Amino acid sequence: MTALLPRRGLAQILALIVILAVDRVVSPQFFDLRLQDGRLFGSLIDVLNRGTPVALLSLGMVLVIATRGIDLSVGAIMAISGAIAASLADSHGLPVVLAAALGAGLVCGLWNGFLVAVLGMQPIVATLILMVAGRGIAQLITEGRIVTFSSPDLVWLGNGSILGIPMPVAIALGMLILTGAVVRGSALGLLIEATGGNARASELAGVGTRAMILAVYVWCGVCAALAGVIAAADIMGADANNAGLWLELDAILAVVIGGTSLFGGRFSLVLAVLGALIIQTMNTGILLSGYPPEFNLLVKAVVVLAVLLLQSPKLSGISGVVARLRGTKP
Amino acid sequence: MENGLDPAPPLLEVRGISKSFGAVRALQAVDFTLRAGEIHALLGENGAGKSTLIKVVTGVFPRDAGIVRLGGEEVAPRSAKAALQAGIATVYQEVNLLPNLSVAQNLFLDRQPMRFGIVREGEMRRRAKALLADFGLDIDVAAPLGNYSVAIQHVTAIARAVDLSARVLILDEPTASLDRHEVEILFGIMRQLAKRGIGIVFVSHFLDQVYEISDRITVLRNGRLVGERETASLPRLELIRMMLGRELAETTSARASEGEHKAREICASFENYGKAGYVAPFNLELRHGEVVALAGLLGSGRTETARLVFGAERADRGQATVEGAPVRLHSPRDGVRHGFGYCPEERKTDGIVAELSVRENIVLALQAKRGLHRPLSRREQDEIAKRYVKMLDIRPPDPERSVGLLSGGNQQKVLLARWLATSPRLLVLDEPTRGIDVGAHAEIIRLIRELCDDGLALLVISSELDEIVTYSDRVVVLRDRVHVEELAGEAIDVGNILAAIAADSVTVALEAHT
Repeated sequence: MTALLPRRGLAQILALIVILAVDRVVSPQFFDLRLQDGRLFGSLIDVLNRGTPVALLSLGMVLVIATRGIDLSVGAIMAISGAIAASLADSHGLPVVLAAALGAGLVCGLWNGFLVAVLGMQPIVATLILMVAGRGIAQLITEGRIVTFSSPDLVWLGNGSILGIPMPVAIALGMLILTGAVVRGSALGLLIEATGGNARASELAGVGTRAMILAVYVWCGVCAALAGVIAAADIMGADANNAGLWLELDAILAVVIGGTSLFGGRFSLVLAVLGALIIQTMNTGILLSGYPPEFNLLVKAVVVLAVLLLQSPKLSGISGVVARLRGTKP
Repeated sequence: MENGLDPAPPLLEVRGISKSFGAVRALQAVDFTLRAGEIHALLGENGAGKSTLIKVVTGVFPRDAGIVRLGGEEVAPRSAKAALQAGIATVYQEVNLLPNLSVAQNLFLDRQPMRFGIVREGEMRRRAKALLADFGLDIDVAAPLGNYSVAIQHVTAIARAVDLSARVLILDEPTASLDRHEVEILFGIMRQLAKRGIGIVFVSHFLDQVYEISDRITVLRNGRLVGERETASLPRLELIRMMLGRELAETTSARASEGEHKAREICASFENYGKAGYVAPFNLELRHGEVVALAGLLGSGRTETARLVFGAERADRGQATVEGAPVRLHSPRDGVRHGFGYCPEERKTDGIVAELSVRENIVLALQAKRGLHRPLSRREQDEIAKRYVKMLDIRPPDPERSVGLLSGGNQQKVLLARWLATSPRLLVLDEPTRGIDVGAHAEIIRLIRELCDDGLALLVISSELDEIVTYSDRVVVLRDRVHVEELAGEAIDVGNILAAIAADSVTVALEAHT
């Protein structure tokens, strides 16, 4: 029987189902979907749409954490790329805007990767630098103002739809597929897991551990930049102070809920994104329930605790013993 | 003397201590006796069981069997703290004190002189000063401990231990990070403490220091007691024989004759190869189908040589040549690219990726060699893993099991498989049989021989001299980070190797050789 169920991901899927069920209770029309002007609407679509930035961040973050690192600067990178996109949107075409914004994310990722992989700084300290400085850079770009724009191309990225699916969701899905194809289609996945599991041993086995570490921070930067562009496109403006604020913590949470250990090693892209969706489903549910949003934080903490307990090896050890005891009975 | 027997019981008496970790028997019925007022050296190569013995006696590990008596009374401490209270103090190589606190605070941690619930700083400093004066140390006890040298930190740790009414003081490699002058200070203190009636256990791999300071020596090997001797009446050669050699039983050698190996092609050669402060420049030729062994004591430069050869450490002089072409070996990647493989001594920290499966661990080096863009398909991985699990008889034969769950012997086989999968031309094996149970031990040795017959060049490090004698075509002997002697053919026997290791100068080695 147990062979039919996926070994990994069971806890996350169960958690999502439970939260969805609770959402259904507090908001009876939670599962309603309707098509309007060729675009799907409904609470579920809202969850996906609102969850996009954290889902994108978690795609990069999960790889960084798999190498036993962490990237605290993703929220700041969102602010930078959003500021660049907003500043250029009305004067340049979409390709230039995207190239500049994503290029900035790539440079930020290179910087983090350089500090960690080449200079050997501790990831939490190395990325803290950009976390602090990044917001300053973003404010310099926007000159301390909230920059708004009206370029229909960029607005479409945040509010348009393709085949009925909101653009942000389509982009996140595309990035998930792209990242999955690159990581699992090449040997990158194995080598990242080996680097995170035991960097010394991997180095001695001939793995270019520095290149691995550099690569994951760069990808994390690019994902964060994309999230920043989408966040800016969504509100048709860039607020250097608040764009992506504290989202690095949600991204780390999503990765951890997705079952990737902060000590590195095994990771799952899909489960990290699922983790982001779990967080957003909770947020949306609380919003719909009419409770004050302050509850959000408490409920989040409880759910996170529950998911982590479900994954804990100690607890599964106990349930294993229980199962064995049951098995011995006639 | 009327009564020939010493009436007083020895200070510390350890009888029949056994300890196993899974299938590995770390200690087997080991005895150890420490008298009051003596300095007793506890010797053995890595994995001989010294640390395990100390940890079992001080209650860090629970013991499987045996008893410990302190001053004639049986003790069974359940933690290092309980052992300390009973009077057995241990000072490890890495001092377990708090560098951010002052010297005085460290000395009186947990037992500060108090009045009305307030620490009497002045009183504490005064007493700390007096305590250290006993050890000939006059320093500012209010300064953080971390400001002082490792030697002073050691003395502080010892002073604290002794002041806690220790009767037995265990010093685990106390001199490893001290310079000559600091060692002298430490030895002075040790002698002074011994005079006071404290029994000192001295663990070290510096034989010169052992001869300088110790009264008696106990040697462990592979978790068994080899013997206990008076230092004064134990020749150095005999000591090394106790540490390295078995009973010198005749060993069946499958060595190639001298003429044969001359005809073999050179696989890799190293000319005047070395690194300052690491290993003195050496010349080394490795031929296809030949096993070259590196012999020497711990710290003699064996592992250092291996790491230079593989590329794990960058040489700063000399030239490496592979199949006749000069090459640069600046990183493990270079080594792997040139067809080298390296099974390091520390399997857990430098070898396996514990969390990943047997399959993933086996394909790791091959995948790294092929590069990112040429991934092995899952089917190929399964095939490779299945082939090597069968060929090396890895148990349990489940390629999807995490390597961390396997026994030491099977982990070693997984590492061998990792390199064999890359079809290497040269394999460097650092202590391939350490910490492995007897069955797997024989298997690994058989494998080494087979690989060699398949045309591989092998460079093997081992502390087991009779093992070396069994499979080596040539033996390079190292002492103090210098390659001092090379033995080949008929000259390879345990006696000659021992003589070369023990010789105080090259001339003595040559005498022993002829």
